[in-house]
Amino acid sequence: MPVARVLDAADLTRVVGRISHEILEKSHGPDDLILLGIPRRGVPLAQRIAERMHSIEGVDVPVGSLDVTMYRDDIGLRGARPLGTTDVPLGGIDDRIVVLVDDVLFSGRTIRSALDALNDIGRPRAVRLAVLIDRGHRNFRFAPITSGRTFPPREPRMFGSTWWKRTGWMRCCSARPRRVAHEAPTECH
Amino acid sequence: MRHLLSATDLDRDQAVMLLDTAAELASVTDRAVKKLPTLRGRTVANLFFEDSTRTRLSFEAAAKRLSADVITFTAKGSSVSKGESLKDTALTLEAMGAQAIVLRHHASGAAQRLAESGWIDASVVNAGDGTHEHPTQALLDAFTLRQHLRDGEGDLSGLRVVIVGDILHSRVARSNVWLLRTLGAQVTLVAPPTLVPFGVDSWPCAVSYDLDDVLPEADAVMMLRVQAERMTAAYFPSAHEYSRRYGLDAARASALAEHAVVLHPGPMNRGMEITADVADSPRSLVVDQVANGVSVRMAVLYHVLADPGSVLGEEPA
Repeated sequence: MPVARVLDAADLTRVVGRISHEILEKSHGPDDLILLGIPRRGVPLAQRIAERMHSIEGVDVPVGSLDVTMYRDDIGLRGARPLGTTDVPLGGIDDRIVVLVDDVLFSGRTIRSALDALNDIGRPRAVRLAVLIDRGHRNFRFAPITSGRTFPPREPRMFGSTWWKRTGWMRCCSARPRRVAHEAPTECH
Repeated sequence: MRHLLSATDLDRDQAVMLLDTAAELASVTDRAVKKLPTLRGRTVANLFFEDSTRTRLSFEAAAKRLSADVITFTAKGSSVSKGESLKDTALTLEAMGAQAIVLRHHASGAAQRLAESGWIDASVVNAGDGTHEHPTQALLDAFTLRQHLRDGEGDLSGLRVVIVGDILHSRVARSNVWLLRTLGAQVTLVAPPTLVPFGVDSWPCAVSYDLDDVLPEADAVMMLRVQAERMTAAYFPSAHEYSRRYGLDAARASALAEHAVVLHPGPMNRGMEITADVADSPRSLVVDQVANGVSVRMAVLYHVLADPGSVLGEEPA
């Protein structure tokens, strides 16, 4: 399977910078913002964005994680998945602007599940979405307010990102699918 | 995981995954909305041929917290008294749309029979079959031990657990011996020789007849109920003699290590296998066990019903 690197570590730093700026710009500053990463890879990404926001604005934006496994619409089709952690920052999400953060946006099903999950946790003022890779081919129409790279829908490809906990580096790769376009993104190295 | 029939069905990774799932699900209790939509539109049938408080209520609460519909059947007051068989009762429940059947039965092997006979397509969860197994009790015991002695992570390797009492009639002991062993703990059974089952030497555990001998080494002591309703012979001379030699009282409990905990699957015979002051002491985790039971059973129902082989699923694309 031919694998192409989409973002390397240096690209990623730049992309995280731009994403952070765009979120801040579109939210008129860091007030009331909460970043919720979607496990697994949305969580370290959300943390990086928060670190970057701190260096831009000098304010700590609360970061948490939101696991959507129990809200998915394919339970019973794929078998039980291990659960990720849901960790809502102290103070909750009521009347805040929640930014959902994930690495790859594709069908939009994860985001639909995430909106349901948010509903059970509180009542945010607004929900926004930031992703690293927008693959197109949406089944549910969600638009991110910012994305690292957008890929045109004419060429279905798989994407994966890798995250090294120790060094904090991450990269994204893409590959042509072996069989069908509608496969879950797989990890590549 | 299509069914959960026995603790021996689980390997270490599966068992740890169930405990991890339960740990995440436990946090639902702290939220404003104490419910997950996961099993919405699905039906869980509790099929109880034997009396139970904790297990039945706990399965019911677990299913409801995952938004499943619950049908509860208890043999008392049902057509079982008219001679209806296990098979017909199960077929009736399945015809009413049950996708998972939680079965408690007085016959050992009933859950396996129901799961493997081809009578029904529903998933089967063993909630205690005769003197054979009670896997969800073992899971919640393991969960409680992990929570208190292993910071809620990983397995139980190196943990020394002593199980005391009526081993012969105890499905809880059987399931615990296998599951705790799978998770890496060392299990010692303590009972009067008459209450040690035949063939125990093939079990992955040690056996002792002297409680005072093993207590100082233990990280956890699990006291079992003396099951008077299953006692068909004179297994020990008198209740007083039993509690003197195998009961856990304050004097015995003081021989335990500082960190050691006490478990009891319930219902307790206070004054028989455990005295009230020990049962209510800070090292007793009886109430924690009940609370954890709901989370563990949520995890089991989720894993069983999310399996593509269960009646809900189609073949994955």
